[in-house]
Amino acid sequence: MTATNALSPRALRRARRRQSLSRSWAAYRSQKTGMWGLVLLGAIVVLAIATPVLIDASALSVTQATGGRMAPPSAEYPLGTDETGRSVLALTLWGSRLSLVIGLTATVVAIVIGTAVGVTSGHIGGWYGWIALRLSDWFMVLPSLVVAIALLAVLGRSMATTITVIALVSWPGTTRLVRAQTLTVQSRPYLERAKALGAGHWHQMTKHILPNVLPLVLASATLLVPSAILMESSLAWLGLGDPGVVSWGSILNRASENGAVSAHAWWYLLPPGLAILLVVLAFMLCGRALEAVFNPRLRGES
Amino acid sequence: MLLEFKDLRVTYRGSRGRLPAVRGVDLAVDAGETLGIAGESGCGKSTLAMAVLRLLPKSAEVSGEILLDGEDLLQMGWGRLRAVRWTGASIVFQGAMHSLNAVQRIGRQIAEPILVHEAKTTPAAAARRAEALLERVGLPASRARSYPHELSGGQRQRVMIAMALACDPDLVIADEATTALDVMVQAQVLQLIAELVTERGVGLMMISHDLSVLSAVCDRAAVMYAGRIVEQGPAGEVFANARHPYSAALSAAFPVIGDPAARMSPGGLAGDPPDPVRLPEGCSFRPRCAVAVERCGAESPELLAVPVRGSAGVADAARVSACFVAQEGMPVVL
Amino acid sequence: MTDAPPPADGASTEAPSAGRAQSRRSPRDVNEHGERRVSSGFGRYLLKHAGGAAVSLLLVLFSSFFIFRLIAGDPIDQLTKERPVSPEQRAAMRAELGLDQPLWQQFWDYIAGTLTMDLGESFQYRRPIFDLIVERLPATLLLSGTGMVLAVVLGFWIGTRSGWKQGSRFDRGHVATGLVLYSAPTFWLGMIVILVFARYLGLFPVNGMRSPSTPPDFWSQAVDIGYHLVLPVLTYTAVVYAGYLMIMRSSILDEIGSDYLTTARAKGLRDDEVRQKHAVPNALLPTVTLVFLALGSVVNGSIVTETVFSWPGLGTLFVNSIFYPDRPVLQALFVLFSSSTILAVLCAEILYWFIDPRIRRS
Repeated sequence: MTATNALSPRALRRARRRQSLSRSWAAYRSQKTGMWGLVLLGAIVVLAIATPVLIDASALSVTQATGGRMAPPSAEYPLGTDETGRSVLALTLWGSRLSLVIGLTATVVAIVIGTAVGVTSGHIGGWYGWIALRLSDWFMVLPSLVVAIALLAVLGRSMATTITVIALVSWPGTTRLVRAQTLTVQSRPYLERAKALGAGHWHQMTKHILPNVLPLVLASATLLVPSAILMESSLAWLGLGDPGVVSWGSILNRASENGAVSAHAWWYLLPPGLAILLVVLAFMLCGRALEAVFNPRLRGES
Repeated sequence: MLLEFKDLRVTYRGSRGRLPAVRGVDLAVDAGETLGIAGESGCGKSTLAMAVLRLLPKSAEVSGEILLDGEDLLQMGWGRLRAVRWTGASIVFQGAMHSLNAVQRIGRQIAEPILVHEAKTTPAAAARRAEALLERVGLPASRARSYPHELSGGQRQRVMIAMALACDPDLVIADEATTALDVMVQAQVLQLIAELVTERGVGLMMISHDLSVLSAVCDRAAVMYAGRIVEQGPAGEVFANARHPYSAALSAAFPVIGDPAARMSPGGLAGDPPDPVRLPEGCSFRPRCAVAVERCGAESPELLAVPVRGSAGVADAARVSACFVAQEGMPVVL
Repeated sequence: MTDAPPPADGASTEAPSAGRAQSRRSPRDVNEHGERRVSSGFGRYLLKHAGGAAVSLLLVLFSSFFIFRLIAGDPIDQLTKERPVSPEQRAAMRAELGLDQPLWQQFWDYIAGTLTMDLGESFQYRRPIFDLIVERLPATLLLSGTGMVLAVVLGFWIGTRSGWKQGSRFDRGHVATGLVLYSAPTFWLGMIVILVFARYLGLFPVNGMRSPSTPPDFWSQAVDIGYHLVLPVLTYTAVVYAGYLMIMRSSILDEIGSDYLTTARAKGLRDDEVRQKHAVPNALLPTVTLVFLALGSVVNGSIVTETVFSWPGLGTLFVNSIFYPDRPVLQALFVLFSSSTILAVLCAEILYWFIDPRIRRS
């Protein structure tokens, strides 16, 4: 055991972290549905990344489309074509990139805001903490789609506004979770000790509170992505998406605008919708499993 | 016999394998008799209590016999079992905290078993009986309209006792019934239990880790260790003059107030109870035992009648102990 | 519980221990003075929560003013679209809309107008917005009310049984179904439902709330509306019920190891009596707030469902106003939708007082 003694504190910390990570992974692996979600998610992400290699971007061009108008599946177009003759398969694959990017970016922004507000409001407390709590409660109660539509209607449609708006309606859940966890950590003796040793607020928050809060944040982030993706698809379907890009929601928006339902063009409707369903389901399965790993006690209360 | 355990064994199936919690217990309670069961946490005494009404979780495997008035509870059908629950035997749970339904008025909770078991009783009559029971345990009848959180710990425990008596059972099992109470309240509740036992002639099986509680109420006492009875006898004698090193240590762990000797050498027992998955060879108490001999590591001692100090080496049938040293008539305390 | 049985089953990490329920509850339960009973606390409780709701409502008004008057820019541009207007006309319009007033005066007029139900006039319909809302409210209430009642009943019924028999075939099947439906986008599910039940099978009307050919008498109209209601309600319920299922299921799981359930079992109650008389009332308490808190998603769902089925309600009005753009309508509905969720939460808090005896103490 002399080797262990020789380790620097940093190496020791890293080793400890690696150990807890492998413990969590073992706990995660024991959950069958979580593993299914992970496999599904992995497959979707690989497909999304490989899309430019598989299908040239010119397949999205309306002017270069070669297929018939809303033609049913054929050998050339395995999932049929849209109203301009583009391959629905190509659209769906390319759409995955945008749906994932928007969902992930919006979640990251929401998580950063939510964690920052949660940790600071829990740690600093006082008037600031009270106002932050009331504000996040207020945001939480508002119907998110209504707020998002109102904001997009006045801000204009673009990818950046979509991401901003989704992040804006998603942060309060994280804030509440992080704040509660911060308050728990706050009352532990080691924080008292750190304070007694003269640790500043910044040190306390970054070195003691954040590491304790992060696993929970990860689990809740995994559950935020699917709602962000669903929100994006709803907004795009309503016609509030970036007009210049293809996402699953915007494909379905074109489909309903061009009468795909009355034309019985099931091949136009099913692929993008099922894609949304599968991605959302995959994230939900992973998120539920992560939640059970990191937070068996908080189930159902977040 | 009112209640009789015959070679009762309970094993929990868990993620770590099979955990034997009760390992062959033979025990009996006569009608109107009070039996105390002592032991530290995890020795299987609560499992024993819960096994009587078959309230153990599904992961528990139970074998042996539990005879209530001669009828084997473990062989009963569900319908018959439900009928026996609370009318044949009832339980006073450690009610101070969570054994009462937080969102139901206590009058209704006391009347509930009456309505379940006596089809002819009207709700109004059951409510009146609940009020009478409350008054019997020293609470005003108006308390029937209270919710559990509106009562103190002692009052809730009285409610639990009233509830246990609702269907006039022959046997009452008190599972750590006074543990969470402070000492004064505990004394009052014990007094009440003792009164009711004599007044109604019910059999009482009282489970506690607190020997003073048991010696105050019980005629007989049994000491459990690692899922087995290690000593049994008249309550006062078992605790005053133990014939098993574990009971001796248990008694010594409670200091005698005002006794300077107890203050100078606090009793107690080093180590922890054995891991039920990996029980030691031979006597399961051996690793913590100060008087163990060679034989203790090889064989597991049976529960046999032991000679009591001062009775000139004659074995007393009322005192049984599962200790080779005691069975030889040697002292079990260094 | 001195010698508690070992954890029932290590395989299920979801099962909450009894210890959790205890730790969650103990601070509220411990009460040394059993005599303390507060009966006059309701006034203070109500005042506190109503005050909070009032502040939230004010915040909604403020933010709607901020979004639609400040970020959105000059409404005259939208109103006149590309038509050329003289500066005089412009000034006249500004005066008519009160835009020539200082900002705080505009804000004050806006608040006063909203509170007196004077919501302004729709750009699109050239009618008072209040009338539009009154006209379309019944359709929305009918659709989302029916859907919500169905979703709550279904979700609670299944969730209770699912949680009670955790890991059973019933549980696994229903959780899987619920998760899949929950993952489906509402609008897409609606489109598929229309495609299958209206287009292919021809069982139900494609959209709208009534057919023009229906005789005007009450019963024919009622049957016709009910007929049109089936598919939207089906879609709406399918998406929303899973949330209630999960909430109720985890509430039941929280209760399942509790000591009071063992007491109930020991008393000789049947398993379903233990569940319905003891577990469910306790599990419902935390659920009620969550259900009301989730009302925002109910509004979300009804907006999308109405749009898919061209249901003549407030949601369709809201969506149709986006592209006109009919900002006064958007603004009014933003305030209406937001305040309805805030008021729903207030209702939940009031309801909580009556169903949870523990609240009344403090």
